Amino acid sequence: MLGLTIREVSLALREGRISPKELCQKCLKLIKKTKFLNSYITVTEDLALEQAEEAEIRFQRGKPLGPLDGIPVAVKDNFSTANIETTCASVMLKGYIPPFNATVVQKLLDQGAVLMGKTNLDEFAMGSGSTDSIFGPVRNPWSYSTHCRDRSGQTPGGGTSDSDWAVTGGSSGGSAAAVASLTCFASLGSDTGGSTRNPAANCGIVGLKPTYGLLSRHGLIPLVNSLDVPGIMTRSVHDAATVLAGVLQGHDPKDSTTVDYPITPINLPDDIDVSSICIGIPREYHAPGLSSETLSHWSRTAELFEKAGARVVEVSLPHTQHSIVCYHVLCMAEVASNMARFDGLEYGYRSAVDSSTEAMYAATRHEGFNDVVRRRVLSGNYFLLKHNCKLFVVKQIRIGHLGYNFVLMFVCCVCFRLLTPTTLTEAIRYTDFTKEDNRTRSAQEDIFTQPVNMAGLPAVTVPVALASTRLPISLQLIGQAFQEQKLLTVANWLEQQVKFPLIELPDMHENTEKSSSSLAV
Amino acid sequence: MAASSVGSCVVCSCINRVSPSQRHLLRTFTYNSFFIRNVRTSYLCFQNQVQAQIKSDPRQLVAVVGLEVHAQIHSKSKLFSGSHVKFSAPPNSLVSFFDASLPGTLPVLNRRCVEAAVMTGLALNCTINKKSLFDRKHYFYADLPAGYQITQQRVPIAVNGSLAYSLVVGQKRKEVVTKSVRIKQIQLEQDSGKSLHDDSRSQTLIDLNRAGVGLMELVMEPDMCCGEEAATAVRELQLILQALGTSQANMSDNDVLSDLSLSSAHDPSKQGSLKREIASFITLDLLIFSTDYEIERQMAVLESGGVVVNETRAFDFKSGPGITLIVLNFIFFFSLRFMPEPNLPPLIVYDRQTVPPNADPQQVINVDWIREQLPQLPQMKRRHLVEHYGLLPEHSITLVNEDGLMDYFVSVVQETTTEPKKVVGWIIKDLLALLKQHSLNVSQSPISPSSLAELLNLLEAGKISSSVAKLVFQELWRGTGRSASQIVQEQDLSMVHDRGAIQQICQAVIDSHQEEVRAIQGGNKRVLNRLVGLVQKEVKGRADPVQVRAILEEKTS
Repeated sequence: MLGLTIREVSLALREGRISPKELCQKCLKLIKKTKFLNSYITVTEDLALEQAEEAEIRFQRGKPLGPLDGIPVAVKDNFSTANIETTCASVMLKGYIPPFNATVVQKLLDQGAVLMGKTNLDEFAMGSGSTDSIFGPVRNPWSYSTHCRDRSGQTPGGGTSDSDWAVTGGSSGGSAAAVASLTCFASLGSDTGGSTRNPAANCGIVGLKPTYGLLSRHGLIPLVNSLDVPGIMTRSVHDAATVLAGVLQGHDPKDSTTVDYPITPINLPDDIDVSSICIGIPREYHAPGLSSETLSHWSRTAELFEKAGARVVEVSLPHTQHSIVCYHVLCMAEVASNMARFDGLEYGYRSAVDSSTEAMYAATRHEGFNDVVRRRVLSGNYFLLKHNCKLFVVKQIRIGHLGYNFVLMFVCCVCFRLLTPTTLTEAIRYTDFTKEDNRTRSAQEDIFTQPVNMAGLPAVTVPVALASTRLPISLQLIGQAFQEQKLLTVANWLEQQVKFPLIELPDMHENTEKSSSSLAV
Repeated sequence: MAASSVGSCVVCSCINRVSPSQRHLLRTFTYNSFFIRNVRTSYLCFQNQVQAQIKSDPRQLVAVVGLEVHAQIHSKSKLFSGSHVKFSAPPNSLVSFFDASLPGTLPVLNRRCVEAAVMTGLALNCTINKKSLFDRKHYFYADLPAGYQITQQRVPIAVNGSLAYSLVVGQKRKEVVTKSVRIKQIQLEQDSGKSLHDDSRSQTLIDLNRAGVGLMELVMEPDMCCGEEAATAVRELQLILQALGTSQANMSDNDVLSDLSLSSAHDPSKQGSLKREIASFITLDLLIFSTDYEIERQMAVLESGGVVVNETRAFDFKSGPGITLIVLNFIFFFSLRFMPEPNLPPLIVYDRQTVPPNADPQQVINVDWIREQLPQLPQMKRRHLVEHYGLLPEHSITLVNEDGLMDYFVSVVQETTTEPKKVVGWIIKDLLALLKQHSLNVSQSPISPSSLAELLNLLEAGKISSSVAKLVFQELWRGTGRSASQIVQEQDLSMVHDRGAIQQICQAVIDSHQEEVRAIQGGNKRVLNRLVGLVQKEVKGRADPVQVRAILEEKTS
């Protein structure tokens, strides 16, 4: 049952094959079993059961709210949740309980979704491995799948010597692992430079980064305001569309950067004809470090499109290499600015040092933030000094827009969608990942994903195959702004073609119906 | 102190004493009951030339004064949040999640504040930028919860305006000159919270009620040359803002704060390189005093061959009259960091040509619509007084510049047959003088416009003499609740019209002052005035002085 998609489980709920409460309890049980993955920071067990009970009443009355009613979901711990601790995986916000819900969270709850908990991430979403959290790193569930275990002999939650598991990618690693390990049916991540797509790709699930301005950022604790978007993680493209329709708000009066987008249900046709579409393959994405396996799956997928009649053309995005530089300058400048509010006065952590206000600030910020955050704040403030600001930030914004225009121009004029890898390789082992620092890893890991944020476009990652390591390889489709429906339609077609397998966690079989694996998409 | 989380909209945070060096950076603090606010540095900072040496003749020194005025926008809610704006509400009772900088909250621009800034810009002849941008200005301070202030550094809402103000000059202060100061820009800006320093417990208490309140920052070019000019310009601005209703512009409520920049140099064109600032003042008198003090101080430094350093000073009331203190140095300026505000799209305003055809008037800001709503401005009021009532320009200035005095004047004029020119004499020379003497506002005047009008009507009708009128005026001021005619009746002050009686009194005065009579007869006609005075004393001023004079002349000739 837990391996079903939202569409399937929603039908099961309607037909009474399972009740919302039973579903919730199953998920809670699995969350406990998969605790070693470290996907969740907070499990809101009582609240989830309460919400499931409410959903149950609605189902009993025959009046469910919609396709998300009674569906267990998880939310990254950088979305504000009323009366639920929201930590950003940082000492700074440990114990911080927001008094309000982020708009997207509120929308999910309004649709009857059952919140299972808050998921782990890199501190303040700064990272690409979900390894820099005060709650410890997140483990990739695929490291413990039967596919993978057969190969490497891993055991779930193994002993202390167990460090040879793969990372989830980041920064929304907890959200990705939660969905991939079947503890919930959908999760919210945030995507600033790839933070939703990167872990989704590594964990073999669908990760959608919507167009900037489509979803409200109100309540999302910002990393880079001008790039952040709430991301959606599910086990199928169809589910991503369902959740997207569920959290769509149109213009949110609480977020001035949202656009007035008509709220229409996103319908993905089952019979898709791709013969009329054009797929662009950006030349610059043949980047150093791209694994041969990823490259071959990329090429094979392009061929799939071609065979189905789509026009596949090579395109050039000459600004791609500058994009990551712009991204880092912008990112650090905004980080320095956004982190300025964490001074220990109004909320969050406050140091015991109290000799003066400045000393208290300094100590609070030193003790509250990890090295990564502090390093970005320091360099960001350097960029923001008035004489540097013009030199770096304003220039980067201009270049960023140039890049934006380029990507946009290509996507709009030459072809409708771009097909690229999501990551250079499949997920890396933790021991290898931590050989490089956070900054280097972010630059490597976000290479294919962050230009999309710079351009504000929608993109979706779809798992296409398992690598020889038995870890997922995913590809990214980039669409035109506010054309999520078209993008997801193509992604849906791709998903149908590749028939990516459902994860098989050894211990899970005892707890779930046998049908789960056979019902995989 | 333990970490705390905000569970409601009330934030009451207690932090340890701000260190001495930081104390000088306070944005606002109470100091001998005056509010002093530190400088706005947006256009003064980052001068490459930190100091300049003056080598030529100091006798040709000219001072230039620039001003940055912060006016609190009169609006129900704050600039970017729905919290109410109210003076003297209980601490931290008007704080939204955004005002307390809870992570994840976003600014939402208040339309009313934009309209106020546009209207002010139009009244000050500014060009309204159809597209303006918001920026973040960063610095750490305890009452600045987000660690930055949202302002308009790069592209403000209004630019290139001017403010005309009339100055009364000359030895007799009868000459009126009209001057003009250029308005560089008007920008929308958030206010910060308030820090209250509790010395005895060595704590700083923070009140965020004011945090996020909308301000208009008006930057005036250094076109003024002394404290009086600066104060007159600020007063004119205050009157304009009040007329527009865009700011209550109450100096005592901290609605208007001016920061002064000042420099002295030989060549006015080189002024830009020499900047001094004095932090803001709550009264115009203090503004005049400290400006002139600082000009003198700078000139003395230059004359003695010294060097004027670019710095910021505050006016210190404790240390005695006219001491300016250094409060900010350049290090602080360099620690300010700016960045475009990513959470607010560009602010677009429209005019009749560009307004989208189906736009909801509640959703868009149309400059032309706002222009049509502009009320009568102070300068127009003065012109009206001069043209319609035939008043002298200097009187029109006094009437308009004193709160409520023009209305008072108009009310009196409506109820009396007395010429407006005479009415203004009574209002300015008698009433206003007394009000000032007792530190009262026009609204607190014990004499209402109608009772003054009644008095003037008695005088005009010849029922009382002018000296009696002054007496009755004094009586009215005491506020016994009796009207002018009641006073005249009760104290028997009506004019004596009986010629025989006056002749008798005149005769008695002549009889008892033979020496004076001889002097008059000897040709010294001026002595006659003394006799007139003595007669008036006898009749308690109730006789017609012309008649008395005629009788006396007749009798002494």
